[in-house]
Amino acid sequence: MEISPIFFYLFSGLAIFCSLMVVFKKNPVTSAFNLVLVFFAFASIYALMGAHFVAALQVLVYAGAIMVLFVFVIMLLKADEPVFDLRENNKFFVMSVALTLLGIAGYFITTFKEASYQEIGPYSISAIEQNGGNTRVLAETLFSQYILPFELTSILLLGAIVAVVAIAMRKKNLKSNTNVGGKA
Amino acid sequence: MYVEPWLVLSFSAIIFLIGLFGLVVRRNILVILMCIELMLNAVNLTFVTYSTILQDLTGQMAVFFIITVAAAESAVGLGLVIALFRTLRSVDTKNISLLRE
Amino acid sequence: MLALILLFPLLGFLINGIWYAFFQSDEKAKKASAQVTGAIATGAIFCSFLVSLFLFIKLQSLEPAVRYFDQIIFSWIKLEGFNLNFSLRFDPLSSLFCMVITGVGSLIHLYSIGYMSDDKTPGKYFAYLNLFCFAMLVLVTSTNLPGIFLGWEGVGLCSYLLIGYWYDDIEKAKAGKKAFIVNRVGDLGFLLGMFFIFSVFSTFEISVIQTAISEKSALSLFSTVELTSITIICLLLFVGCIGKSAQIPLYVWLPDAMAGPTPVSALIHAATMVTGGVYLISRLNFLYVLSPVAMEVVAWVGGLTALFAATIAIAQTDIKKVLAYSTVSQLGYMFLACGVGAFGAGVFHVITHAFFKALLFLGAGSVIHGLHHEQDAFKMGGLKLKMPQTYLVFGAAFLAICGIPPFSGFFSKDEVLWKTFSSPNGSNILWVLGMLTAVMTAFYMTRLFSLTFLGEHRANAAKAHESPKVMIYPLYVLAFLSVIGGFIGVPHFNWLEHWLSPVISTAGFEAVVPHSYEWLLMALSVLGASVGIFLGFKTYKNFSGIDPIEKHASGLFKTLTNKWYVDEIYEFLIIKPLLAASKFCWKIIDVALIDWVVLGFGRASFWVGQSVRPIQTGSVQFYLFMMLIGLLITLGYIYVAVV
Repeated sequence: MEISPIFFYLFSGLAIFCSLMVVFKKNPVTSAFNLVLVFFAFASIYALMGAHFVAALQVLVYAGAIMVLFVFVIMLLKADEPVFDLRENNKFFVMSVALTLLGIAGYFITTFKEASYQEIGPYSISAIEQNGGNTRVLAETLFSQYILPFELTSILLLGAIVAVVAIAMRKKNLKSNTNVGGKA
Repeated sequence: MYVEPWLVLSFSAIIFLIGLFGLVVRRNILVILMCIELMLNAVNLTFVTYSTILQDLTGQMAVFFIITVAAAESAVGLGLVIALFRTLRSVDTKNISLLRE
Repeated sequence: MLALILLFPLLGFLINGIWYAFFQSDEKAKKASAQVTGAIATGAIFCSFLVSLFLFIKLQSLEPAVRYFDQIIFSWIKLEGFNLNFSLRFDPLSSLFCMVITGVGSLIHLYSIGYMSDDKTPGKYFAYLNLFCFAMLVLVTSTNLPGIFLGWEGVGLCSYLLIGYWYDDIEKAKAGKKAFIVNRVGDLGFLLGMFFIFSVFSTFEISVIQTAISEKSALSLFSTVELTSITIICLLLFVGCIGKSAQIPLYVWLPDAMAGPTPVSALIHAATMVTGGVYLISRLNFLYVLSPVAMEVVAWVGGLTALFAATIAIAQTDIKKVLAYSTVSQLGYMFLACGVGAFGAGVFHVITHAFFKALLFLGAGSVIHGLHHEQDAFKMGGLKLKMPQTYLVFGAAFLAICGIPPFSGFFSKDEVLWKTFSSPNGSNILWVLGMLTAVMTAFYMTRLFSLTFLGEHRANAAKAHESPKVMIYPLYVLAFLSVIGGFIGVPHFNWLEHWLSPVISTAGFEAVVPHSYEWLLMALSVLGASVGIFLGFKTYKNFSGIDPIEKHASGLFKTLTNKWYVDEIYEFLIIKPLLAASKFCWKIIDVALIDWVVLGFGRASFWVGQSVRPIQTGSVQFYLFMMLIGLLITLGYIYVAVV
């Protein structure tokens, strides 16, 4: 791929480091902020590869909305005390998980190394630039070929909102909320 | 200036496996949910990489929808955590093992 | 018509049995009285007797060659190439046995009404008695060996039921068990003999076997193989007789069988069941005459048993035990007769023995009943005054068994002794054994008689009372028969031998000594009996509480009282090893080995379950990891299979 190696290595190194922090740090808030950094690193890599819209989307939605929500909930539940819960696990279990995943990683890497790719689609970087840039091309495709998933996704979001409100609401106040606008 | 595709893909795989490790090993529910987000992101990167390699836009469309669904899912997950917290008074999954023998 | 003889007792059993089983077997149910149930049972057996008598008279009018009635009741086993019927035959031999069984049986049934009048469950008793008579009649009228075996086992069963009738007493129940088990040992021999007969003759029907033998002997001599197989057959069947008719070494059940009610002892162990063995040998006499070896074995076993049992009887104190050993001894006489070829004499002794032994037992029962179940002769005495009628009839039986002319026992015993001496199969030693036994018989019977009826009252004898009429009348009938019954077999006017000639031939057993010896022997036997009686009276005239034999020969007396320790020897040699082997099989093979394996399966699956249990950690993350592992394994398998 035609991307600059230095920036790639930089951002990927940052992402790996921060994701390790996410997993191994005691304090959930620390984990959350490291995750934000991971998202930024990812957004940079997306931008490097020419997926500008996805990069923006990543920052806006992931880092901007989801992580905010996470931190809200952490503070709401007062779960920000650092607890090293990794120590309480069975050491043997942790070891075996780590080893298994290392094995899988090795397998993936060797498989990817041997794989070969062929360009199949018309959307080379130069073609995209000619057609008005990544966002325009993406939007054209979204609203023509992928219109149905788009609409369904909006319904999904609606359902999610309703579901969360229903689940997370305090049930006690339901009955005593009869006069909504009146005196408390 | 060229980066081999397999490097990017294996980087994505490593992030995914780190996230999986955290999912299996950590006890704090919120950290678990964060690790899930990590995994989803790794998958997103894979999609985008293939979109670039194969010069097809399908990958980026997939990422678009995955991000949306991930947002909805994390919202619902956190709502569940809040509801659970009311009974459990803790976010430690050690307490959610009634099916234990 | 023939089937009626069997039908009446069977009906009696069913009526009494079903009535008892369904209406009286509950603890609190009202029990039918001995009078009613006894009347049903006695009536049934008496009707049987009447039919037997009628058919017997009808037989007289037939020619000797065709002097029999056959009747097939039903087809029992029907296979390809093998047909077995349940069929009956009424010929001279079985007619005599039928009349004895039903006649003496009716008298004993009548007696039982009085004896069991205060028993708790007379319905059950009379049902068993009728069943016994039915089985015995099947035994003597069957034409094939399985039918005989059916009756054989049936009487064994009823013997067990009736000996252990008062089963609340564990010793009585044990006696019943002993009788059945020892019988079973003999039955093994019977079964093997039966199978051997089938393998040699390919049939179970006795008439067919007889025809085959007579055809063969008319044509040619038998080969050695054939003779050997016939000898083996005869010996195996004799093993069955040893068990059923209480010879050495399987006689041990008979004295213990006295635990049953006295009428049972009279019917089963004096008059009928124990004579089943003699019937079998007489019925199959055409087989036995072909095998001198088997005959010799039969004769010697019979003679030795007679002497052996008589020695034990001298030292017993229980009335019924004395009579039991006396029965064993007299049965020895019958087998002695059969063994020397005088089957007719054996049958004659069966008939007369039935009369006087039943009378002796019933008389003893009368004494026991009158003394309120006291059986020790040392505690009796002087009952001549208190129970005169019993004294009279017992005296008649006593003279009969001792062999004093003209009572029945004299004629039959004399016939046996004469044939032992004079037959080509006989031997002088056997005759001496028989004479000694006769002297001892006279001695111990006199001992019993004087201890019981003569002398002074001992213990509670003064409180005795005579028995009711329903018990006395049968005694009188039996006494009459004991007196005149011998005249059917008077020497030189022997009606019995003539009557039995179609069934039992006397060819080949002519006397080898001059006939004048017969009178000499007769005189000798009377002399011997008189000597025995005289000695007996003299020894026990002034009985003072201790047996004189014990005073002078205490060691011998102790051995005799303990029955030569045979029971103890059996206990040591046979029962203890069997128990040890059973215990081994139980504790080691069954419990330790087999149960360990079977339970092991359960324990193994439990262990597996326990081992797998920790997988359920209740933690979703763990389950997730396990799913990952499973997925990897599946993918790996597919990868390997594809590649």
